[in-house]
Amino acid sequence: MEIERRKIRALSPLDQPGTPEELRARQLRARDMLRGELEGEDLERYVTERVMTTTLERALNTARANSLFPLTFGLACCAIEMMAMVSSRYDIARFGAEAFRASPRQADMIILSGRVSIKMAPVIRRVYDQMLEPKWAIAMGACSSSGGMFANYAVVQGADKFMPVDVHIPGCPPRPEALLHGFNKLQRMIQGNPDPGWRRRYNALGTEEWARGGPASAPSAEAAEAYERARELANA
Amino acid sequence: MPDAPGLELIRQQLNDRHEGAVLETSFERGQAALIVDPEQILDVLLWLGITPGQEYRFLSSLHGADYLPAEPRFGVHYELLNMPRVERLRVRAALPVPGGDGLPELDSCVELFPTAEFQEREVYDFFGIVFRGHPDLRRILMPEDYVGWPQRRDFPVGGEPVLFTKDEPESPGWYE
Repeated sequence: MEIERRKIRALSPLDQPGTPEELRARQLRARDMLRGELEGEDLERYVTERVMTTTLERALNTARANSLFPLTFGLACCAIEMMAMVSSRYDIARFGAEAFRASPRQADMIILSGRVSIKMAPVIRRVYDQMLEPKWAIAMGACSSSGGMFANYAVVQGADKFMPVDVHIPGCPPRPEALLHGFNKLQRMIQGNPDPGWRRRYNALGTEEWARGGPASAPSAEAAEAYERARELANA
Repeated sequence: MPDAPGLELIRQQLNDRHEGAVLETSFERGQAALIVDPEQILDVLLWLGITPGQEYRFLSSLHGADYLPAEPRFGVHYELLNMPRVERLRVRAALPVPGGDGLPELDSCVELFPTAEFQEREVYDFFGIVFRGHPDLRRILMPEDYVGWPQRRDFPVGGEPVLFTKDEPESPGWYE
């Protein structure tokens, strides 16, 4: 039996040109394309080589998953590993999340790196509430996932007692690799699911807080109307 | 650090000046301690601070302890330091528990040592020992609405029971 041996890359239309002549031909095609002189089969080939089609939602999710901005926020010893993850040795910039934001308004993701004391819990909850949608949370290490070794009067037994958490990472502390793995899981989660917002994910529709006329006053007519519209959109 | 006879000497002089101030002395592992009557704690600290030859003018630490089931139950420790001689002396106020739901009380030494302000708040926070005359006695580490004195020995540890699979024979089906 004859086995035909060919270069694999020659099979792919997306492949780079091998020889200088091929490269030259591609450059000429690109020039013709820009001049509007490319026609027929050549044009079709050019398009299949260079254009990828997808839905807007998928493109959006891909963009979101690959440019997550974490919040500059450390709780305890796990934060040291979190900082190591940003360093050049582990380099979370490979996954597009090296830009730690100092304000919750600009952050997409919060990493709970360490034990959560009962005095810190309301602070974290407020910071999380201040983050804009879409937002995600990672509980890093045993303490923020379950209380860990701190089964005592001062520490909350798991951060998901007071806020939604998307990914739990075990370890005490987790190695930076483990954190990267958890982060990749989160990325995959974001890419796989069109984001319904954390209220939908955690069955918390109807807990929205709306701007009111003053403390403890009834919502204004506009606010009530906007609220109804949002409920309709969310339930559609 | 006063040695054992030096400690007895301090006790003698203190009791001559303030009757019944020093209840006991303790000299363990090279550490000298005076166990004093909590009602006279300020007199003792002042005397140790200004008497020539003593001059323990620096309060390096103030902390509480719970000696349950011993009596008296609480202790407030003052770790004094004489800077020029680098000598340390521990003063322990032995505090009994008052009857009923009352909290043990003690005079505040903020007037003598301003550094004691936060440390007395911490002792109040964790042991429920009230310092009379403290300018701002409220919780310092626990949330302000916290109920209870968490470092007391009879305070429940808290947390949640964790069930491991190795314990399953004792409680089958706990995961359901």
